[in-house]
Amino acid sequence: MKRIAGKRGIGAAPIILFLSIAILVVVVAVPVLLIIFNAFWVNGEFNVGDIAKILGEPDTYQALINSLIIASGTTVGSTVVGTFFAWLVTRTDLPHKRLMKGMFLVPFMLPSFIGALAWKMLLSPRAGFINRFFMLHFGFDGPLFNIYSYAGIVMVEIMYLFPFVFIQVCGALERMDPTLEESARISGAGLFTITRKITIPLVAPSILSGALLIMLYSMAHFGTVAMLGIENGIFNIPTLIYQRIHQSAGSFASIRTGTVLATILVVTAAFIIWLQGKILGGGRYQIIAGKSFRPMELKLRGLRFPLLILCVAYIGFTIVLPTAVIFLVGGLKTYGLAFTWENLSLDNYKFVLFDYQLTKDAIWNSVTLGLGAAVITMFAGVMISYVTVKMKVRGKGILEFLGMLPFSVPGSVIALGVILAWSGKYGVNLYNTVWIILVAYIARYMAFSLKANSAALEQVHDSLVEAARACGASMWQALRDIVLPLVRPGMLAAFFLIFLPSLRELTVSIMLYAPTTRTIGVAIYTLNEDGETVMSAAMAGIALILIITGQTLINRFTEKTGG
Amino acid sequence: MDIIRIEGVAKAYGRLQVHRDLTLSIRKGECFTLLGPSGCGKTVLLRLIAGFESLDAGRIYIDDTLVSDPRAGINLSPDSRNLGVVFQDYAVWPHMTVFGNVAYPLKLAGVTPSELNSRVGETIALVGLGGLEKRLPSELSGGQQQRVALARALVAKPSLMLLDEPLTNLDANLREEMRFEIKELQRKLGITVLYVTPDQEIALAISDRMAVMDGQGRIRQTGGPWDIFERPADPFVFNFMGIANFVPVRRQGGDFLVGGGGQRLPWNHPPGGDAPDWVAGFRPSDVVLARGGEGLRGVVRRASFLGAMMDYLIDIDGASLRTSLETHAALADRLMFAEGESCVVGFRNLIWFDARRLGEVAKR
Repeated sequence: MKRIAGKRGIGAAPIILFLSIAILVVVVAVPVLLIIFNAFWVNGEFNVGDIAKILGEPDTYQALINSLIIASGTTVGSTVVGTFFAWLVTRTDLPHKRLMKGMFLVPFMLPSFIGALAWKMLLSPRAGFINRFFMLHFGFDGPLFNIYSYAGIVMVEIMYLFPFVFIQVCGALERMDPTLEESARISGAGLFTITRKITIPLVAPSILSGALLIMLYSMAHFGTVAMLGIENGIFNIPTLIYQRIHQSAGSFASIRTGTVLATILVVTAAFIIWLQGKILGGGRYQIIAGKSFRPMELKLRGLRFPLLILCVAYIGFTIVLPTAVIFLVGGLKTYGLAFTWENLSLDNYKFVLFDYQLTKDAIWNSVTLGLGAAVITMFAGVMISYVTVKMKVRGKGILEFLGMLPFSVPGSVIALGVILAWSGKYGVNLYNTVWIILVAYIARYMAFSLKANSAALEQVHDSLVEAARACGASMWQALRDIVLPLVRPGMLAAFFLIFLPSLRELTVSIMLYAPTTRTIGVAIYTLNEDGETVMSAAMAGIALILIITGQTLINRFTEKTGG
Repeated sequence: MDIIRIEGVAKAYGRLQVHRDLTLSIRKGECFTLLGPSGCGKTVLLRLIAGFESLDAGRIYIDDTLVSDPRAGINLSPDSRNLGVVFQDYAVWPHMTVFGNVAYPLKLAGVTPSELNSRVGETIALVGLGGLEKRLPSELSGGQQQRVALARALVAKPSLMLLDEPLTNLDANLREEMRFEIKELQRKLGITVLYVTPDQEIALAISDRMAVMDGQGRIRQTGGPWDIFERPADPFVFNFMGIANFVPVRRQGGDFLVGGGGQRLPWNHPPGGDAPDWVAGFRPSDVVLARGGEGLRGVVRRASFLGAMMDYLIDIDGASLRTSLETHAALADRLMFAEGESCVVGFRNLIWFDARRLGEVAKR
């Protein structure tokens, strides 16, 4: 009788599992744990009373309340706007629906802090173009609208966040089985009753889930509040963390306030994500099938053109106008001059691209950081997803839990966490180098990579790998020849999902930059802070061109490959 | 000689015990079918043999090589077991052409390019896919994809092929055609085939020997298709091999009375035990129907015309049974009954079961 031992060195499975856990621990878990540790432990002692004290301080308390106010306003507003437009482009006979749908998704591409910058130019109380126009020509005594206010911040956030609800509701309405509505109609229900009793309850989970996504995003949102709030003393949690750390150059007290606020953000985010999972969990796909149907369309009759004009006006107001202002101001010789041909030139753009060391560095930093983060996160993500989706190993539960972490850790928390972890306290000092930004980007975008890659891996049926094993392929050979080629689209998607947002990243980089490690977002923000408004606008204009070109290329590419 | 020996195998998933102490051998060169209801663990057994799952206890030998033995810490990985496996969902690699799929095992084995080309070509021709070498799986029908999977499993000339419900996803006509082709290939190449299916027709059609597994993963009977169909070991097997009638019979002295009435069962072979309550098992095709003469008097409760066949539900003193006969025979012999008409029933074949053991059938 022959006997062959089954063990041949260390197999692929334990190595992959170990590496995956190690990456998530080092990149995500350690920074988050350090934050929570620092929030609760003072001088080696567990201390809750101190937390109450910090939260009781007027500034921190106010920041908490502000985060809630802004997030609530943004969530309600975006949900109403998003649901209304989604219904308009899927369920009515609005003219040019497809084009309109595409236009409503454009704000996804526009960084909201650039939008905020544009709105500051348009509606700041004294210098804003619109306010000045009204004061000059209509005899207004004061500004028409002050953008440096809660209402202003909420308005700008709605403009750039509503697509989260819009896209979810559009999807749900398009996939909803029309026979559900038809059978209600046969039973004698009117269109209004059907909408109220059938359609809305069916798409409610999608609306809610989109709304929660916005809540999550807005609670932890830095750019808009930083651009528009600081002037009037409106801080939310992320901007207060930034301001404290920035002003005191990382003093103990500021770090502590930061960690307490960050802990609150993490807990809130985890709660929101848990709630979203609950809402989406139960049997949604039984009523909303995966196929596309031809839904019932409401005849708008006399309202067709007024509503079309409303859509066009909304798009013009929220997309075209701010973009135009950015490019125009970027062309001005000095901020404050009128937009006449004599005052406009391409000089600022040339200067920003070719001569100005600060912006040249920023572009170079953003592009290399983006590429680096995208490549590393793409590979790490495919490996981690492979373990969670495909492997049957002990210890996978830990990884699944760790894999959930990146989804619920907001950018400012990550930034604070990497400061705690990588500024020399534990042997490695990356502070004031690009590397600390790279580490933070990897942590911040790991969620995107995990999502894209696990979606791709779900499509690779287990039997494809087993077939390869039965054909004589080792685990590694099966991974190389079968799994990798099949998840390549998912990996590419992950790459672009990371590379493009990192080009415009602000929240993380603003907390971590040093004079030579500015990114594009930081350059725009600091130039604006320093009063270099035209340079800031020119830089923003170039960023927009970069982002839109990149996005267009990707759309082309994904259309071709059918992804 | 046995090519697979499974000794005392146990396997559980969490608290679900799929197999406990299962023993089975498969002879070299035969086509062996593992037949059982869905969820009975037959696929698990195949995966244990292939090495995709590990045993909790017991031993598996392939070609006299011990491949799995948890007690000795032996668990040979699937790639070193030298098997061909064909999956229910084909598992054809979508990013490779037909040629690429079939060539992959040989590439891994390091076969020279010229030999590789000729062997791949031969195998593709063998499964009837000549001319489609450059196609991608997305350009093939389901049946063609399953042929690619077959070719891929055959190309490395394994001594043993494992087929996991390979025809389930094909349409009825194709299934019938393919099952004969698989049998034909097995005979031509002289390889051993272990075929897993819940479909008793396929099992009967292709097997040299087969095993019937019940819902708890126990093997109820092993034998040739003819044995299993004609001499089922127990009511479960009998029932699983096709529609079956079970009519309750009471022993009264030397007589056997049907249902709740006083009619004697027209059958001359009494059961081999002395229990008071028995069940007579027979297939719808074993019933002889008549308008008069000797036999059990009954009433037609339901008459269904199914085209080529007539299907009747007959009541005899509270016991009901189903029978069917060919429509043209029914017409020729004036056996087209209407509901409510009376009829006379006799039997061609009948199997006795102890009524106390019949409860097991319900667990099917």
